[in-house]
Amino acid sequence: MKSESNLEKVLSAGHFAFTGELGPPRGTNAEEVRKKAAFLKGNVDAVNITDNQTAVVRMSSWAASLILIQEGLEPNFQMVCRDRNRLAMQSDILGASAHGIKNMLCLSGDHQSFGDHPMAKSVFDIDSIQLIGMVKQMRDEGTFLSGNKLDEPPKMFIGAAANPFAEPYEWRALRLAKKIAAGADFVQTQCIYNMDRFREFMKRAVDMGLTEKCYILAGVTPLKSVGMAKYMAGSVPGMDVPDELIERVKGAGKGKAAEEGIKIAVEQIQEFKEMEGVAGVHLMAIEWEHRVPEIAKMAGVLPRPVV
Amino acid sequence: MRLDYPSNIKIIRVPCTGKVDVMHLLRAIQKGADGVYAVGCLEGACHYNEGNLRARERVNHVRRLLEEIGIEGDRVRMYNLSSGEGPTFAAYAREMAENIKMLGPNPLKKH
Amino acid sequence: MIVAKRKPFDEIKDFLKDYKKVLTAGCGTCVAVCLAGGEKEVSVLNAELDMARRLDNKPIELGAITIERQCDREYLEALDSMVEGYDAVLSLACGAGIQFLAERYPEKPVFPGVDTTFIGVNQDVGWYEERCRSCSSCVLGMTAGICPVTMCAKGLYNGPCGGTNKGSCEISKDQPCAWYMIYERLSKQNRLDNILKITPVQDWQNQKPRTVIQPGYKTSENSAEK
Ligand code: SF4
Ligand code: SF4
Repeated sequence: MKSESNLEKVLSAGHFAFTGELGPPRGTNAEEVRKKAAFLKGNVDAVNITDNQTAVVRMSSWAASLILIQEGLEPNFQMVCRDRNRLAMQSDILGASAHGIKNMLCLSGDHQSFGDHPMAKSVFDIDSIQLIGMVKQMRDEGTFLSGNKLDEPPKMFIGAAANPFAEPYEWRALRLAKKIAAGADFVQTQCIYNMDRFREFMKRAVDMGLTEKCYILAGVTPLKSVGMAKYMAGSVPGMDVPDELIERVKGAGKGKAAEEGIKIAVEQIQEFKEMEGVAGVHLMAIEWEHRVPEIAKMAGVLPRPVV
Repeated sequence: MRLDYPSNIKIIRVPCTGKVDVMHLLRAIQKGADGVYAVGCLEGACHYNEGNLRARERVNHVRRLLEEIGIEGDRVRMYNLSSGEGPTFAAYAREMAENIKMLGPNPLKKH
Repeated sequence: MIVAKRKPFDEIKDFLKDYKKVLTAGCGTCVAVCLAGGEKEVSVLNAELDMARRLDNKPIELGAITIERQCDREYLEALDSMVEGYDAVLSLACGAGIQFLAERYPEKPVFPGVDTTFIGVNQDVGWYEERCRSCSSCVLGMTAGICPVTMCAKGLYNGPCGGTNKGSCEISKDQPCAWYMIYERLSKQNRLDNILKITPVQDWQNQKPRTVIQPGYKTSENSAEK
């Protein structure tokens, strides 16, 4: 075992993993974190804690992760390259590990121009692939990026993100291979709506032998409304929402869009359970944490394995 | 044809308004002219393709510069007409003179 | 070349509010080519300043000179005899030129008339685009001649990121994704293997002032370890 994290144990035991996501509050409201966590408890194997998502300032990812640990859940600590240089990253990794955080997701981070401080100076001292490599080096070699020895390596299960939908498509699996070569143990994908394209991506990943080296969790975000579907399709970079899907949510009729969105998500999860190379699902039900229990139930991923 | 246009306008001929430089316009105001305007060919009909478009850009630039300094930008204008449109030329001249009358004398004259 | 933009007039005017005799010094190289600080821009700025100060009833006497390069002692020398007669100098050179001028006349207040903006190219008259951040370890050989440090909004060395959007960068549809272009060009040249391997963490060399002494030009004076 690399980290002894629950997520690692679930995956290495061959179970179909199911992870959730939680966005920290825009303030010190720890209660809000606990409330959201309560919906996820027992329904997921680990919970991603976003790191200043969309470049908007929120409670720090490691701090909200600690609240989750107190609540008896396992966090997946996200870290972006936008806000920290290599010194701050390494010290946060050590601190997170010392406090019992065992999973980490390494990301580039949305550009600051999207957020609430668009004129901030971004860092990007290292990029997400280099971050993956750095965490691996700290864990496996017990050294800092500088090469100096560190006292007690951080035992992290290292995650990366993959976007199967951004052009050039041929590059997507190659980039995934790069992240795995850097040291990613697991990968969570961008929200999937275009199933055809995802099937192709997975086939490529399987053919390249990537699924032997790394666990791939398929990203799912239920569509709450027609508006959200259109927004995702038009305004979120790197997102691919086919028209048929928007039509389907529209066709559900007034007041029923959310139910239809959940139905679609459940169907997707059921297909992922059967799809070659897919090791689990990452459910990103942003500000919809209270619906996670029913989605998990309908998708038949409960009870979660105890390992 | 005798064209009736205000006599207090001094005409400076240039081969193309594209020749009119920011400095020419600015200098005119600096030296005390109450207003200055460029009259070019119709847009799209420039013999040198875009001389008159460039002139308009420069006129706009000078208008902005003057506003920054605290002088009315409207003392500088650009007009377009096709050659042989004498009456239009005269009409623009009267319009410009009207405009300047409204704005009053160049504020630099008091200094 | 180095591309600069004229500073807002009010800012310049404010710099000079306490001075009655000012020399405006242009530079005939980069800033002249990018139409920000050459001879012509010097005369436009002086005309503006003259008018503005007259309107304020605080006339100013302005000198004008444009030298070949302010970042070069050989040319700066031409100012020596002039500068003395002025209360202050307003330089329209790039930041480097302004500093070199200020360094030469330490008693004299020196002010910038432009905001130095980037190292870039001339797309058309008056239209410039950034291309290089002078990182000191050029990777253009690997990236098919497209700079990821400058042209990628996140300066990634292992791009593209997940935000790349049909050839555009996530920050805007109008901003091409550098890594998309790098991929396309390398792919056409059959050189994709360049970016299949992981580019390691950079040793940033632009985090402190840099000095270059070309081989063969070492002297006892310049070779003190930096
Ligand atoms: S990599 Fe980019 S920033 Fe660095 S020297 Fe080359 S062009 Fe300039
Ligand atoms: S979309 Fe492309 S250019 Fe923009 S940050 Fe990502 S890799 Fe860089």
